[in-house]
Amino acid sequence: MSNIWVICRKELKSYFTSPIAYGLMAFFGFVAGYFFWAATAIFISRGMEMQMMGRGMPMDVNEWVVRPVLMNVSVIGLFLIPMITMRLFAEEKRSGTIELLITSPVRDWEIILGKWLAAVLMYGAILAVSALSVGLLFLYGQPDWRPLLTGYLGLLLQGACLLSIGTFISTTTKNQIVAGVGTFAVCLMLWVLDWITAFNTEAWAKVISYLSVVTHFEPFSKGVIDTKDVVFYLSMIFIGLFLSARSLESLRWRA
Amino acid sequence: MIRVEGLTKRYPRTVAVDNISFSVNKGEIVGFLGPNGAGKTTTMRVLTCFMPPSEGMAEVAGYDVMRQSMEVKKRIGYLPETPPLYPEMAVREYLDFVGKLKGMDRAKLKPRIEEVAKRCHIDDVMPKLISKLSKGYRQRVGLAQAILHNPDVLILDEPTSGLDPKQILETRDLIRELAGEHTIILSTHILPEVEQTCEKVVIINKGKLVATDSVSNLTSRLRGSEAVELEVSGAPGVSEVHAGLAAVDGVASVVDKPARDGRLRFEVEGLPGRQIRPELARGVVNAGWNLHELHSLSFSLEEIFLQLTSADAAAPEAAAKVEGGVQ
Repeated sequence: MSNIWVICRKELKSYFTSPIAYGLMAFFGFVAGYFFWAATAIFISRGMEMQMMGRGMPMDVNEWVVRPVLMNVSVIGLFLIPMITMRLFAEEKRSGTIELLITSPVRDWEIILGKWLAAVLMYGAILAVSALSVGLLFLYGQPDWRPLLTGYLGLLLQGACLLSIGTFISTTTKNQIVAGVGTFAVCLMLWVLDWITAFNTEAWAKVISYLSVVTHFEPFSKGVIDTKDVVFYLSMIFIGLFLSARSLESLRWRA
Repeated sequence: MIRVEGLTKRYPRTVAVDNISFSVNKGEIVGFLGPNGAGKTTTMRVLTCFMPPSEGMAEVAGYDVMRQSMEVKKRIGYLPETPPLYPEMAVREYLDFVGKLKGMDRAKLKPRIEEVAKRCHIDDVMPKLISKLSKGYRQRVGLAQAILHNPDVLILDEPTSGLDPKQILETRDLIRELAGEHTIILSTHILPEVEQTCEKVVIINKGKLVATDSVSNLTSRLRGSEAVELEVSGAPGVSEVHAGLAAVDGVASVVDKPARDGRLRFEVEGLPGRQIRPELARGVVNAGWNLHELHSLSFSLEEIFLQLTSADAAAPEAAAKVEGGVQ
């Protein structure tokens, strides 16, 4: 357990001693802020339209602002994942420091878990930046905080699942760029898979669509925690970490 | 302390290490010698549990590298060919990380870091970032990393590469100092390094074990007879001296060498097991010639190495040439 923490702390330090962490946080803060502003602007103009038409129907802030922002953040998150995971193992393999890790009395899964945990914490820190603008809602209105909480839980789960896949891809190469591009491709694929059900509703299409990470995020943004979604994310995390362990092991047989 | 038996490592296309066996006793320094690509690094990687052997077994401190790798890893300090450093870390921070990674007790770690830093002469760069260090300092930080947790066995892959002459001497001194408490295997292709630091040599070439013995044994084993070079002046001619030397008791052959500053030079080889230097000196002086120089031509490790590693070379002339050069 302490070994995991030692590795995790080292990774976190290297995120925060380089400009990566700050760059990603600033970029994400800006983009999430823009989405928030846009969603709020639409909400306000719609509200005014409604009033002018004399139908003073109450509008739900959660429905109009929180959900679109969460959905957008979940998609933007896909683009950040490769930047977080690409160096995890590729850099160690390139510089030879992997020899230090592997010849130390630390188990493979401790190395992987430590690195993945650092990536999840890093992603969490980035998400926290986007939470700042959403938090503004509480100053001016009474949005329901529960869907917001489940939404962020969903974002974190979705991120953790993609990060485990990114970790795996990073173990397969010495080249950070290759790892980054590969992870990006997989993230993109897992995002667009659910479009298939838009034009095809046969069984196979449903199966493929089920693999899409975004499909499983939607309920979270509505405030629904469905066990099937949680199980999906947890099993994806497990698969990603398991593959990383196998890949790290194979490194020794092939190296 | 280290036992290797029938170790073989195969890659899809090549055999990197082919059926190597040797053992190292506690406290010994062993030099791993071989040309580049001989399989030194592969053997070391097997010993450090970085990769498993294809066949055979290796034992460190009584633990098998395959089945009890955690126990082996705890007892081994490893400096790979390129020191495994994180450029974004400060030296002290790096050593702290390595210490924790090796499972060292936190209370003992701090004083130990300072101690190791002094020994490796890096105490003046402790707060610096590793990316700002020179090659020599990086190598020494790598060495500090290897000895930090006070392992029983130290495995050093080319520990002096990239250092300047003064640093090389310091590093060799440090390695010799460490020998008492640790068992050390170091690989190198610099021969004097082995002669100066190691007690025992393991020579490998193309994945095969060529020789394993102590430095002095290897020298005497390869040269059964004594060879002597001498310089003489005041003699009437080359042929007279040649004949005179050949007549000395115990001399097997005499070879004329080009004269230098008017002094005649010869290389004399004795019969196996005979000490010919005293007889030669007496012979020259009794003949009334001046003896300027008389010294034994000892087999340098370099020659042994060349002879052993080129013995099975594809081109026989090349091998013969080396043989001739040595004789």
